Amino acid sequence: MKEIHVSKITDAVAELCIKACVVVAPDVRAYMEQAVKEETGTARQVLEDMLKNQDVAIERNMPICQDTGMTIVFLELGQDVHVVGGDLTAAVHEGVRKGYDEGYLRKSVVADPIHRTNTNDNTPAVIHYEVVPGDNLKITVSPKGFGSENKSRLKMLVPGDGIECVKNFVLETVRLAGPNPCPPIVVGVGVGGSFELCAKMAKQALLRPFGSRHPDPYWADLETELHEKINATMNIGPAGLGGITTAMAVHINTYATHIAGLPVAVNIACHANRHEETVL
Amino acid sequence: MAEFRELTIPFSDETIKSLKCGEICYITGPIYTARDAAHQRMADMLAAGEEMPFDFEGNVVFYAGPSPTKPGMVIGSIGPTTAGRMDSFAPDLIAKGLKVMIAKGSRNDAVKKSVVEHGGVYFAGIGGIAALMSECVKSVELVDFEDLGPEAIRRLEVEKLPVVVALDSDGNDVYDRKR
Repeated sequence: MKEIHVSKITDAVAELCIKACVVVAPDVRAYMEQAVKEETGTARQVLEDMLKNQDVAIERNMPICQDTGMTIVFLELGQDVHVVGGDLTAAVHEGVRKGYDEGYLRKSVVADPIHRTNTNDNTPAVIHYEVVPGDNLKITVSPKGFGSENKSRLKMLVPGDGIECVKNFVLETVRLAGPNPCPPIVVGVGVGGSFELCAKMAKQALLRPFGSRHPDPYWADLETELHEKINATMNIGPAGLGGITTAMAVHINTYATHIAGLPVAVNIACHANRHEETVL
Repeated sequence: MAEFRELTIPFSDETIKSLKCGEICYITGPIYTARDAAHQRMADMLAAGEEMPFDFEGNVVFYAGPSPTKPGMVIGSIGPTTAGRMDSFAPDLIAKGLKVMIAKGSRNDAVKKSVVEHGGVYFAGIGGIAALMSECVKSVELVDFEDLGPEAIRRLEVEKLPVVVALDSDGNDVYDRKR
């Protein structure tokens, strides 16, 4: 059985936290480089500043945004892996602590939602565990800012509502978010499953690379349709100051659901759309 | 392309009144950071009749909380946070003289009404260009609420901070797509 020491997990998480906050993903970069050619006026200027900011962040090794998020971690643990040397969960939290300290990332987590004392090390992280076949540990770190998280929504639709209500809910969520989540945004949609799985799918949809498509052509076409509609009709644009670059991608993840249900969740990410992964 | 205006703090009432929605401005001078937790405290202090942590007259509040400063640098990454979360606090502070705000995103009707009534202005910066924006900050000084960490009130000397007039003293809103 393959052994992975917890110290390797801590180091990997720390490194992923820093990289995700400093280096913008290549798909975001490429999308903006194309979009800047298609925009004019203020929208173009805003995109140019966003691209310049990405360069400055790398040059000066500092985060692209001061909100370095609450740290969301997805672990896909191969069932043939034996984690040794300590507690897996503690190792992940320790990695967050280390990454946010060494990377000079902002500590944005409070211990209690009402009493609100900053924990001063950005822990605890939100950790999702999945056991999968094989002997690898895949770690995905997504530092999620709350300007965009706050604009996310979930609704328990019912079967009779059908696809039109699903579409309307996604579009309404983007419209209500307006300039606030730091557009151009990424729209992660979960459809089906249960209440909590639907929300989790919406978050996981944000992790998909731009250009990836839902395996079912029905849903893949809907991704394209919603993406085009958002950009063509809403005029929210970069920084919300108008333009045709409102969403960089719409990703929909789906799952089986109950005969009585049609849950839909929309998780919005800002233009940083931070996530990094590694396999141990 | 809109014209650029260069503005220096403190803001006179005449300057504020002359600003028009959509104008791009570069702001130079001292600005004060305050976001969620600092606003809650100022609201509590106001209710208790206590002195505010800094002089409001002609001054500018920046809804922002920077990332930590690396050795040898002036400040970490810094940029505007979402204004809407401060909407419930802003009218009382505007009435008290804090009439110039910088953040990002839309404001509610109560803030618009206060801005019109008291002759204020709300500027929006671009969210998420915080490494670039940090280059506008020339010095940083802690003012109050140190225990709030990133949410403490800090006085930043900024040079040519780029913003757009998002809500002018006539109540025009740059985010209003019906304009």
